[in-house]
Amino acid sequence: MTVALFLIAGLMLGSAGVALLLRNLIHSALLLVASWAGVAAFYLWAGAEFVAFAQILVYVGAISMVVLFAVLLTRQGLEISRPVEPDAQWRAFSAITVGACLAAVLGSAILSTKLPAATATAPTLSVKDTGLELMNHHGAALLIVGLILTVALLGATVLAATDKPQKTEDAA
Amino acid sequence: MSAVLASEPFLERAPLELRDAVVQLLPAPAQWLGHHLITILAVVLGFSLFFAFTTVAERKLLGRLQNRLGPNRAGVPKFSILPFHLRHKLFGLSQPFADAIKALTKEDIVPAAADKLLHFLAPVVVVAFSLMTFAVLPVGRHLVPVELDAALLYFFAAGCASELALFMAGWSSRNKYSLLAAMRALAQLISYELPLILSVVPIVLVTGTLSTVAIVQSQGVWSFGLLPHWFVFTPWGFAGFIIFLIATLAETNRSPFDLPEAESELVAGHLTEYSGFKYALFFMAEYFGMTALSGLGVTLFLGGWQAPAPFLEFIPSYLWFMGKLVGMLVFFIWIRGTLLRLRIDQLTRLSWQFLVPLALLNVGNAAFWSLTAHWSGPLNLVRWAIALALVVTPFLLLGRTLSAGFAPRTYRYAS
Repeated sequence: MTVALFLIAGLMLGSAGVALLLRNLIHSALLLVASWAGVAAFYLWAGAEFVAFAQILVYVGAISMVVLFAVLLTRQGLEISRPVEPDAQWRAFSAITVGACLAAVLGSAILSTKLPAATATAPTLSVKDTGLELMNHHGAALLIVGLILTVALLGATVLAATDKPQKTEDAA
Repeated sequence: MSAVLASEPFLERAPLELRDAVVQLLPAPAQWLGHHLITILAVVLGFSLFFAFTTVAERKLLGRLQNRLGPNRAGVPKFSILPFHLRHKLFGLSQPFADAIKALTKEDIVPAAADKLLHFLAPVVVVAFSLMTFAVLPVGRHLVPVELDAALLYFFAAGCASELALFMAGWSSRNKYSLLAAMRALAQLISYELPLILSVVPIVLVTGTLSTVAIVQSQGVWSFGLLPHWFVFTPWGFAGFIIFLIATLAETNRSPFDLPEAESELVAGHLTEYSGFKYALFFMAEYFGMTALSGLGVTLFLGGWQAPAPFLEFIPSYLWFMGKLVGMLVFFIWIRGTLLRLRIDQLTRLSWQFLVPLALLNVGNAAFWSLTAHWSGPLNLVRWAIALALVVTPFLLLGRTLSAGFAPRTYRYAS
């Protein structure tokens, strides 16, 4: 079991690391997908079937598409292997600062969370239990998340749908 | 062997008996492995053969629909060591094997500018993941390769990797048409994934489970000992089934939604730069996808392996499943031979403006159905009437609104 965990962790971290180092954006994006699949494998290893499949469905199925579309639609020029140099010192500095802040926030959040002590036997949760838990105890959170996502979707549609005025020569 | 299984008729447990007999031959430590390997082999070989004969059936049926004969020449090859030659053509049934050998021996051309690794990986990924979806389909009463609690979710999770493979194929070919077609195909797949999943949600709502095995079992009831309680025979189930069928056609790039490979518009789409066996693999994955989605449709809406009437239960359950599956596939072939291809704007509009709202309303309809499960007697009629109205009214209203202003095309010069 531990060997499997190390294999999964190697896949996750390895593909994420290589994704950062590669110059080819599409390859990076695909490796990121592999990393997400590794996260799903980790959930499976931990016995969280539902979360694992949801992870694949959402990340590998949907978010990867968003990433790939974004890369293809925003790429400037065909020179995909062009090196991306930090053009100024402050750029590298701000990148490191933002990274350090994020790491500090995440680290403090992880460290300050009081995790319940592990029970002797792992609880076996069926999908039904997960669903009931989500809908009963966390129903409000679920609704709020849904609302935020809907607003984001509408916002994206409004931003993307810039209706051009109809052709004027036809009207004339 | 469990006690439940031992009480079954022999034909019902024959496949499992066979598997256990083979497993017993292995040494004890390898039995666990053998058990699973036999299951995997059965799925892969069984559905590969099924794929082979689906292609023959498709070519022959399409031929008949177009007033041709279809393939009828491939017979038994003459082996020179044999003293006789079996001259029978076997009705062309050996055509897929000849095709397979042809595809294997063809030259594999990879464009010089292609991304070699991704170009190679795309067909591998697409076949692997489309085969994985078969794992949760209950083929028979006791024949389900993997019994998962979240089987439905697994099915859709395994299926969604095909979009990624399609993108990989289109992008790695370094061909304008491939990339354009891949992006267009992705737009189509994403558009139709929503109605596909939404059409399945009512089933989950009513049965309260994601397990395919439990869903089939909940359909094994008959009224008056004759009328099966398959979900397709309820108002919301019927609407869901129709939406599911349309979305399945689009998800598997079948006619009339075969835009990704529309030869007259984008060459052969993402397959343009593929040849030989890799092309055959894409072809195979497409048929696997169609078979798997049809199997899911049978499982969810058509009662899975359940017999249509109790007195027909002497026929083994897996034959019922296969029969229904063949029925679905023949229906798809019939559609391919009948309907014309849609334009891309018609295609996306059909999904977002018509199917998604109807599927969402159908979820509400199923909620009403499961809330009124205790109604009986004359109230039952009211229940059916309300559920039917909830299906028919939005369909008519939305259809009328969307088609307002469109008249049948008049041909001025070609009448």
